[in-house]
Amino acid sequence: MSQHAVINTVIALALGMLFGTGLAVSEMTNPALILAFLDIFGAWNPALIFVMGGALLVTVPGFQLMRLRGQPFFAREYFLPQKLQIDTRLITGAVLFGLGWGLVGLCPGPAITALATLDTNLLLFVVSMLAGMLVFRFIPD
Amino acid sequence: MEYITNSLVGGVLIGLAATLMLLLNGRIAGISGILGGVLSPRQGGLHWRLAFVLGLVIAGFAYPLFSSEALAFQLDAPVWAIVTGGFLVGFGTRLGSGCTSGHGVCGIARFSWRSISATLIFMLTAIATVAIVRNLAGAI
Repeated sequence: MSQHAVINTVIALALGMLFGTGLAVSEMTNPALILAFLDIFGAWNPALIFVMGGALLVTVPGFQLMRLRGQPFFAREYFLPQKLQIDTRLITGAVLFGLGWGLVGLCPGPAITALATLDTNLLLFVVSMLAGMLVFRFIPD
Repeated sequence: MEYITNSLVGGVLIGLAATLMLLLNGRIAGISGILGGVLSPRQGGLHWRLAFVLGLVIAGFAYPLFSSEALAFQLDAPVWAIVTGGFLVGFGTRLGSGCTSGHGVCGIARFSWRSISATLIFMLTAIATVAIVRNLAGAI
């Protein structure tokens, strides 16, 4: 274990709880609410706009603080995505994700936090999602 | 109007978690990437990823204890849609390097063109999917 591994794990646990609390407070754990947001031709509910807006209100200025410090407080470096090109994989992946999201109204974060409902259909969704992630591992780079 | 306050407050908490994740641990709080990492344990970093996922689950259980309300949840999709949708969400987010959190909340804050494009694409695809499922399928 690296010198930061323990503190990184404790921080991740706390921030996972904070993130999940945000999902619960904003009711993003409710697939019906997400589908109502996506249903722009029907009974549209704009809640998701305010949730993303609230999040970006913090992350947009917050992420720029990265420039003030050469490294994170508890890591050697920032681990940031290196790809810059908008390629076929990005586009295909986003389309497939959009299809699944529109079909059910669940994306990965809310699906995990909603596990607390112990709903059988939700469990089925999470298992299918993890299966999709496992199958992806067999796709060559 | 109360839902707007709840949406904004919840969003701020999500944004705070993502910002602290970057400034403290140097990591992007992208849930699909973190889950994918848990499923590929040989690449290292298994502990913090599992801890984050555990935190998400704990929050779901803890929220009803500290608020007067149950966790908001209503899932009406038929089983075929749940299985297909789940698989597509898992596979698609890995192939596209992110989901609503990684691309939508973190990537946009980094002004990443990849993330901005991905967010637009999955939003528009999901809107089209709902339009087809709700309006066209219902009309047949």
